[in-house]
This record gives sequence, structure tokens and C-alpha cells, in this order.
Amino acid sequence: MKRIAGKLLIFVAFCSLAVYLVSSIDLAEQTVLAQSTLLINGAGATFPYPIYSKWFDEYHKKYPNIQINYQSVGSGAGIKQVTEGTVDFGASDGPMNDDQLKAYRDKYGYGILHFPTVLGAVVPTYNIPGVKAALNFTPEALAGIYLGQVTKWNDPAISAANKGVNLPGENIVVVHRSDGSGTSYIWTDYLSKVSDEWKTKVGKGTSVNWPVGLGGKGNEGVTGLVKSTPNSIGYVELIYAAQNNIDYGAVKNASGAFVKANLASVSAAASSAAKEIPDDFRVSITNAPGKTAYPISSFTWLLIPEKFSDAAKRDAIKGFLKWALTDGQSYVENLSYAKLPKEIVAKESKVINSIQ
Amino acid sequence: MSTTTTTVPSAGPAAGSHSIFARLRTGDEIARLITFIFAASVVLISLLLIFELWRGSVLPRHKFGLHFFFTDVWDPIFDHFGARPFIYGTLITATVALVLAVPLGIGAAIFLAELAPQRISDTLQFFIDLLAAVPSVIYGLLGVFVVVPIMRQYVQPGLQHTLGFLPLFQGPAYGVGFLTAGFVLAIMVIPYIISVSREVLLSVPRNQREAALALGATRWESTWKVVLPFARTGIMGSVFLALARALGETMAVTMVIGNTPTISASLFSPGYTIAAVIANEFSEATSDLHVQSLVELGLVLFLLTFILNGLARLLIVVTAQRGSGTAQA
Repeated sequence: MKRIAGKLLIFVAFCSLAVYLVSSIDLAEQTVLAQSTLLINGAGATFPYPIYSKWFDEYHKKYPNIQINYQSVGSGAGIKQVTEGTVDFGASDGPMNDDQLKAYRDKYGYGILHFPTVLGAVVPTYNIPGVKAALNFTPEALAGIYLGQVTKWNDPAISAANKGVNLPGENIVVVHRSDGSGTSYIWTDYLSKVSDEWKTKVGKGTSVNWPVGLGGKGNEGVTGLVKSTPNSIGYVELIYAAQNNIDYGAVKNASGAFVKANLASVSAAASSAAKEIPDDFRVSITNAPGKTAYPISSFTWLLIPEKFSDAAKRDAIKGFLKWALTDGQSYVENLSYAKLPKEIVAKESKVINSIQ
Repeated sequence: MSTTTTTVPSAGPAAGSHSIFARLRTGDEIARLITFIFAASVVLISLLLIFELWRGSVLPRHKFGLHFFFTDVWDPIFDHFGARPFIYGTLITATVALVLAVPLGIGAAIFLAELAPQRISDTLQFFIDLLAAVPSVIYGLLGVFVVVPIMRQYVQPGLQHTLGFLPLFQGPAYGVGFLTAGFVLAIMVIPYIISVSREVLLSVPRNQREAALALGATRWESTWKVVLPFARTGIMGSVFLALARALGETMAVTMVIGNTPTISASLFSPGYTIAAVIANEFSEATSDLHVQSLVELGLVLFLLTFILNGLARLLIVVTAQRGSGTAQA
């Protein structure tokens, strides 16, 4: 008994010594960091997280004295945190609405700017036993299915656009996201544009009151439900579908062409919308015109305050934004995001200069 | 959980003017103070929790009042929030879980404590403790990939054929829903029931069993008529621990319940629980009313656990008065 106690004592002593050593090293490191590194904190959307973390990492390699931390806590939380001032910048998949902008201006006396960074898209995915062909979806079909009015796969609303495909007369099992997400925002934004009934009954948002269907958590939850449920339909991010080799359908765009989502067709949607983009960049590009434009596309935004009290921080953020929109765009397509069109980058560069 | 007040023996002749100093030196008083602070912090945390939840849900409490409990709509876009489908889903899944888990868990505990040889009992106990330590997201994945397909293809059609006349087993079989969520929850809470019940059964004094056997009872009769009643309050304690876990479980449930706020008599129907909707929507909730309604749901869940725990206490008191063994929950 005594021997064990003795050993234990030595062990504890050793442990505390180790902890002490490690913590002193850590402390030393922190003091070095504090002296030379400029820490910038951001929080927000999860959808652009892979590209943002790549950017921040590359930028840190380029400028070792600037370190940008990003928490992917969700668009809503990003807007909230930047409004509360707990982070230096926010990020969101949906633009801030007028009330949120007003709340920000009332609190600080200056506004907040939106900067589109990359583009994403949402695609319809389905699982119909015996159907291998890529299906074509009209806006009416998608809205009808998600409103619960088109209930069978062989409904004329679907079959008319898919001549030659033998669609079964089975009930459609509708799957949507259960967690609040930018993906749902883009999807419901699109449905609101193409269906008045959707707009008045359901509306657009990160979480909505779905008329029908099962909820899956995350892209993986939706995919899991669709894959395991025969005759189901769901929607996922293009990136997720591309990385996991999930088949998805084409959607009829505003010009009447059926377009499958890919990086080119998503960028095309942004280009065609670029001519009419407002000065604050708060624009939805779903259902964009243009023959090659994929209609369920969207920007994702960084939310940057108009004024910074800390000049070093301001310069670092301005520098980063310029880099991300020019050199940084070379990392975009490797991660399956679509690039910003040149017109928009040019316009954004001007706005970056206005940050004070 | 009875609070035992240990009376510190007065420090003999030193008691008097030096008493506090003497007691401080022996450490008794310090230990007493420290442990008292620890115990008090539990109460403090609970009160703080209620206070924060109450404070954080001002908007919906004023806007909806008691309607919050009786409304079925949950619409973040048009700002209508009602908790009823979530309360229903929480209670139903917990009920299904307990209905499945309690007989199984107690049965297993009886075997382990009363019938199995020591070595087998200890080995099995090791695995049960292991099960209790598995993170819930693992159970969720198991649910999605294994339980859901089996439910949809075999269990639900089977139930529909045999017991389909009951409203419980009607409607389309999606695989996800109340039944599946309850089933996964049952798997998750069984280890708790077995572990605690086994300990309680093992702590039943040996002479109780011997007395029953001496009176001519068989092994099973002594277990059923003497040991179990003696251990009843402790076993109930294990069931309520399981209930608490079932009510609050989030990850595993949200992965298999279908996440649709519905009230339906059918266990095949997809549903939603309070914990699941909070986890799903909190991070992306933008409007104040939406966030605060989620906070109020948290308050509702807190109240629900509070009420159920109160009932549990009451049940233990009532049954203890009817003359079972010592209270040892």
C-alpha cells in the first residue's frame, strides 16, 4: 500500500512538472504572438468555410504577422456577432435585411458593407428506383413538389419535361434541411421567385415552415435520407454533391433552357446578374436570366464594417479582401466553388477603398 | 439523494474560545465550508439557468402567452411559434424508449445480479459500461444507416400487417419517425437502467434472500417477491435517470426522427423534439423572436424535466410508504 502511494506521489510530481513546463512554453509563445501578430476574428456562414480557411491560411503564410481566425457558426450567428461587436467581421449566405442594417447603423453610427466572395449553388437530388437518367425539373414542378401539390413522380408537371423516362406512379417523399442553413435560404429564395404561392404561403429564410416532407440535418442528413428512401427528392449544395459523386437533376432557367449546375453555369448566373448589381451587393441571383445561367445560384458575403478604430486592423482587412478577390480566386475552383465574374471584382475593389 | 448532515464532533477540551481556530486547524471547518459551497453551487446553477431562460424569452412570452403551449405552427418566416408538436414529440419518444427499455433493462439486471455467475456478470457489466460511454452521435449514425432501413423495410410493414388496426401503426413507412427515435433512445438508455439496477439489486442484504429461501421459496420466487420489492425505489431511480436522458437527447434523435413538427397518433409519423429543434435552428436563427422562442422551448424542456422529476419523487415517496425497502434512490 505504501509503495503504491509513494509511486503515485512521484507520478503526480512528475505530471505537475510536465504541466508546468508545457504551460511556461505556451506562455512564452503567447507573449511572442502578442507582440508581433495582428489577430483578426471573424464568424459566420458554414458554406464558405473551406475556402475561407484556405484563404486565411494562405494569407497568413504570405503575411505571417496577420492571423485571421474564423468560426463557422452559421450565417445567423455571424450577423449577430458582428452586430454585437464580438468579432471584427461577419459572413453570411443571405444578405442582411434592412432592419438588421438599420440596427447596425443605429448602434455604431456607420454602416456595414457586403462583399461577395465566391458563388455556390443548390441542386435537386433524387432517388427513384429504376430511373438512371438525369431528370429535368421545371420551376413549377419543384414548387409543386415542395408545396405538396405534385405528389406522384408520373405527374404531368414532371413527366412533360422528361420525355422518354419511365417515371413510376409512386408517392414522392420530400426531404428538406432541418437545420437552419444558407442552403435552405437559397432554395426557398428560388422557390419564392418562381412561385407566388410559395412566396405568400412559405416565404424564404434559413428555416421555414415546410408544407411537406422530412427534415435531414445537414447536407449529409438530406443525402442519407434521400439515398435510403425510395422515390424521394431532396436538395444539397453543389459542392457537397460534387465531392460525394451524388447525381442531380437539371433545372429550367429563366430563359427556358434546362441547365445542370457546374462551376461555369453558376458563374454565368453571376455574370448575367452583374449588370444590375446594386452598389451594396445585396442581391439575389436566383432565377438569373441568360441561356447558360444555372437558376439556383447565390453569392456568399463577407460583412465588413465601414469604419475601423484600429488602423492596423483596417489595413489588414482591406489588404486581405483585395488579395482574396484577385490572387485568392485561384484557390476557388479547386474547392468546387464558382469564381466571381470580373465585373463584380472590379466593382468590389472600389468599395474596398472606401473602408475607413 | 438524501442530504446527510454530519454532525462534527465537538473538538473535546479545545472547544470554547479556541474552538474555531482549533477546528480550522484540523481542517474540518474548511472542508465543511468548501463542500457546502460546492453543494450550494448546484442550486445556484439551477436558479441561474431558470433566470436566464426566463430573461431570454421575454418576447415570445409576451406575444404568445399560454398559446405558446397550444399552437401547432412553427413558422420562423411569419413569426408564429407554438411548442405543442415539440412537447408531444419529446414525450412520445421518451415513452416509447422507456416502454422498450425498462423490461429489457430490469430483466438483464436481474440476470446479472441474481442468476449469472460472478465472472459472467462482471464481464457483461464491462460491456454495459462501455455502451453507456458511447457518444450519442455514434448511436445516431447507427440509427441512420442500420435502424432506419430495417425499420422501413421490415419492422414497419410487419407491424402494419399484424397490428395495423391500431392507430399507432398506420400511415406510410418512412423509416424515420417516433418509433425509430424511441427505439434508438431505448438502446441508449438501457445501459443506465441495467447498471444502476444491478448495483441496487446487489446491495439487497443477503439475509433477505436467505430468509425467503428458508421459507421454501424458489430462487425466482425470492427474486420476484422479496428482492425486487426491496430494491424497488432504487430501480425506479434508474428508470428516471433513463427518462431524463431520453428527454434531453439531441443528436441521435434529430438524425432519425424526421424533424417535422407533427402531432400524429401513428408512431410511424415523422416528428420533432424540443432538444432537436433547438440544436437545429439556434445557430441560424436571425430574428429576435425566433431566437427567443427557441430559448422559451428550452425553458419548457426544463419545466418538463422538473415536473417529471417531481412526479418521480412523489412516486418513490408513495411506494416507499407502502412498505418497500429502505429508500436508496
